[in-house]
Amino acid sequence: MANISATPHGTAHGIDDHEHHHTNNVFGFWIYLMTDCLLFGTLFATFAVMRTQFAGGPTGKELFDLNGVGLETALLLLSSITFGFGMLSAYARKQGAMLLWLAITFLLGLGFLVLELKEFAHLIHEGAGPDRSAFLSAFFTLVATHGLHVTCGLVWIAVIMIQSFSSQVFSTRYMDKLQCLSLFWHFLDIVWICVFTFVYLLSVI
Amino acid sequence: MSQASTHQHEGESHGSFASYIIGFVIAAILTVAAFAIVEMHLMSPGMTFGVISALAVVQIFVHLIYFLHMNSSSSQSWNNTAFAFAVICVLIIIGGTIFIIHDVSMNMMSR
Amino acid sequence: MLGKLTLSAIPLDVPILVGTFSGVVIVALAVLGAITYFGKWGYLWREWLTSVDHKRLGIMYIVLALVMLFRGFADAIMMRSQLALAYNGNPGYLPPHHYDQIFSAHGTIMIFFMAMAFMTGLLNVIVPLQIGARDVAFPFLNSLSFWMTTISAVLINVSLFIGEFAQCGWLVYPPLSEQQFSPGVGVDYYIWAVQLAGVGTLLTGVNFFVTIVKMRAPGMGWMQMPVFTWTAFVTVVLIMAVFPVLTVTLGELALDRYLGMHFFTNDGGGSVQLYLSLIWTWGHPEVYILVLPAFGVFSEITQTFSRKPLFGYRVMVYATLAIGVLSFIVWAHHFFTMGAGPNVNAFFGVATMIIAVPTGVKIFNWLFTMYKGRIQFNGMMYWVMGFMITFSIGGMTGVMLAMPAADFVLHNSLFLIAHFHNVIIGGVYFGYVAGLNFWWPKVLGFKMNEAWGKRAFWCWFVGFYLAFVPLYIAGFEGMTRRMNHYDNADWHVQMQIAALGAAVIAVGVVCQLMQIYVSIRDRNLPESRDFTGDPWNARTLEWSMSSPPPAYNFAILPDIHGIDTFHTEKQLGRRSYEARFSPRSTCRKTRLPVSLSVPSASYSALQRSGTSGGLQHSPLPACSRQSSCAASTMMWIIMSRSAKSNATRPIMSAH
Repeated sequence: MANISATPHGTAHGIDDHEHHHTNNVFGFWIYLMTDCLLFGTLFATFAVMRTQFAGGPTGKELFDLNGVGLETALLLLSSITFGFGMLSAYARKQGAMLLWLAITFLLGLGFLVLELKEFAHLIHEGAGPDRSAFLSAFFTLVATHGLHVTCGLVWIAVIMIQSFSSQVFSTRYMDKLQCLSLFWHFLDIVWICVFTFVYLLSVI
Repeated sequence: MSQASTHQHEGESHGSFASYIIGFVIAAILTVAAFAIVEMHLMSPGMTFGVISALAVVQIFVHLIYFLHMNSSSSQSWNNTAFAFAVICVLIIIGGTIFIIHDVSMNMMSR
Repeated sequence: MLGKLTLSAIPLDVPILVGTFSGVVIVALAVLGAITYFGKWGYLWREWLTSVDHKRLGIMYIVLALVMLFRGFADAIMMRSQLALAYNGNPGYLPPHHYDQIFSAHGTIMIFFMAMAFMTGLLNVIVPLQIGARDVAFPFLNSLSFWMTTISAVLINVSLFIGEFAQCGWLVYPPLSEQQFSPGVGVDYYIWAVQLAGVGTLLTGVNFFVTIVKMRAPGMGWMQMPVFTWTAFVTVVLIMAVFPVLTVTLGELALDRYLGMHFFTNDGGGSVQLYLSLIWTWGHPEVYILVLPAFGVFSEITQTFSRKPLFGYRVMVYATLAIGVLSFIVWAHHFFTMGAGPNVNAFFGVATMIIAVPTGVKIFNWLFTMYKGRIQFNGMMYWVMGFMITFSIGGMTGVMLAMPAADFVLHNSLFLIAHFHNVIIGGVYFGYVAGLNFWWPKVLGFKMNEAWGKRAFWCWFVGFYLAFVPLYIAGFEGMTRRMNHYDNADWHVQMQIAALGAAVIAVGVVCQLMQIYVSIRDRNLPESRDFTGDPWNARTLEWSMSSPPPAYNFAILPDIHGIDTFHTEKQLGRRSYEARFSPRSTCRKTRLPVSLSVPSASYSALQRSGTSGGLQHSPLPACSRQSSCAASTMMWIIMSRSAKSNATRPIMSAH
């Protein structure tokens, strides 16, 4: 009972491939994020080792201003749900609402970044720059790597907002990109939870 | 939970307005709690460390469920497996590094 | 604007480098000239350089690996000859600062650009074919990874001629690699090149992970995956787990050098020990990243040429997974002497010894696969058996080194050098070469020359023992690694024998070049051309298609129902590769190619019921129902009749 299945090449399986392709993009990006997670894990490991290596310089307790950190946290947390609302608008195919929510997310992210840079500038001005001690090297590298990710996220938000003006808006491909960005943005939030807990709060206990 | 009201698409949940709000409120409470414990010196340092770590872990899961829409559906099993694996690796890297370097420091009396 | 780049950066005062550089320039000009003369630029650009086809990228990876093999091997010859000469007041011909660059370059190039490129090349060529996929998940990303690797390989080689190479070993340990002690550009070259290659490898890891998880042929469950794909899977998981650590570690070293930070400096609270710990968190899994695919190659070759299914397939898979997990918790055995106490050393020492268990299981599985098999002693089996002997010895010396107490004696001695060459040459290199011989006909459509292959094997095998057994002995006698010259008469004999061994290996390398040349020259001889697509009577899916495979791999995605479905059905005399996968005709109505296929559903249905009725899995598609495709319908009737008569035969028992 062998049989012959003659499949026109490129039709039946072509559709299959398209489906695979769609899920593979988001899944692949998630896997990439997991490697990013390990990257941050290593930075946290470094910080954990360097946490008390002040080399006679200022300690975290003397340097960190929890009010500023709290404000940064609030901005990032808010930006997470505003992005979520943007995603909901996109699923509802409401371009105007999506753009509005994305713009708010962008501004909140920008606010976070400005606060972080101000904090860095303040520390460096006080002579507590990354070259002062191993503790500060680890602190600056870890927090700035997160900040760099946020910057990339902001550029990406801007790009995806511009792309929404093309006729391809809400195509499968566009939604894939939006979903990847959504994963990225929320992932950064999770990293920030670890940053404010294990870097800032732990240093001032 | 509001998860029930989320509409499904290809087995992946997108969340809803309500689920985002609920997630945000829980996350905000957890964040404020962590900051408050530290700023008000409510506990001993060791205890504070334990509690804020626990709060962070809980908050991470809140974010994963409400913002990243992780769930136990079969279509997500590989996403979850990859995440669990990444977490284990991170714990090994951090734990192993601290274990080794702490032991070296003690043994060599360098700190 | 050019920073440190001045004319003095070109080492015109070192005759060896000037000679090499001139040679490289002449060869490069000759190659470029030849391409121009034969008018192949367009072809090269369109078909290769801009290709995103995983098979082409795989071939380019392997070409890169072979070029880097010669590059790294030239370093090895120089080191061995230097040490054979530089005895008792004779300074040899390599001054220390040049010698330091050579051993650093040898390690860096062999691991990052030879072994990693070879491994990635084999993965690229074979994994999608073995799992029945049309390409990898992200073909463009695949091309990007390749070019990142290639550019970093170029960068690391340019450093020898413009500027300098790093002089602090292949893992550039601080504080020696810090700005204070290495103000030159060597370490900068190293950091940039390895970072770039590392990110490329990481992207390859993500790509193949998604490919293996999401793009397996219908019906191919995890326990139906070929063993090579399994080892590839564990390898890419390890890549994703540890390459970010490499990125961060080298990034921190770069920040130390460029921004004056204090991660690994002596002052400012930096911790050199942290660098060692982090770099080996990457470095130890890295050696398993290299060796696991080689284990996969050995498994495929052993089962094919023993004419038996692999002994203990499941055990093999679990052993691979166990090695993958364990490799992640043993990294401290690279620095037992760093100063950690007995708790750390005991934990990592014991964990290291445990790895020997799953590895030993694998060795026994291969032995039992060969046991009572009808073994064909061809070149590939030579490499396999050479591997089993050599790798077992290397594994045993590894267990010796895993004992912290013994390691305090042997650390950084030539004993260690001999040990890791024993496992890397005996395990990784033998495996990759065997894999090259095995899959060469699949990729290029003709077999490799056997005689030259066997000559290459014997030279490598004998040369290896001549070159490295003396190093074991010299290590016991107290000779340390990275030594430029010495006065001990006992070591001198060992170094001379080792140099002889290196010369024998050099003959082996020449034999391999000859093998490639002769194989290409004789490609059209009837005994080397592969017309069947299955020259070895092998077991896995890649042999079910023509050699070389069509660009789209599978016209029809195969249906998998069990391990070695292809082989099982072949034994039942069910089909040929053409009937199954190659487009045979074009449907007149739709102008699309039509394939005739005997899906494996039939076989599993046979197994289930022993009666006919396999049609439910593959309803005839629309095209064949049309009258214009009556021929294929006729064909179906004929084939289903022959299948019915097959059903009365006993089903093969070997499975």
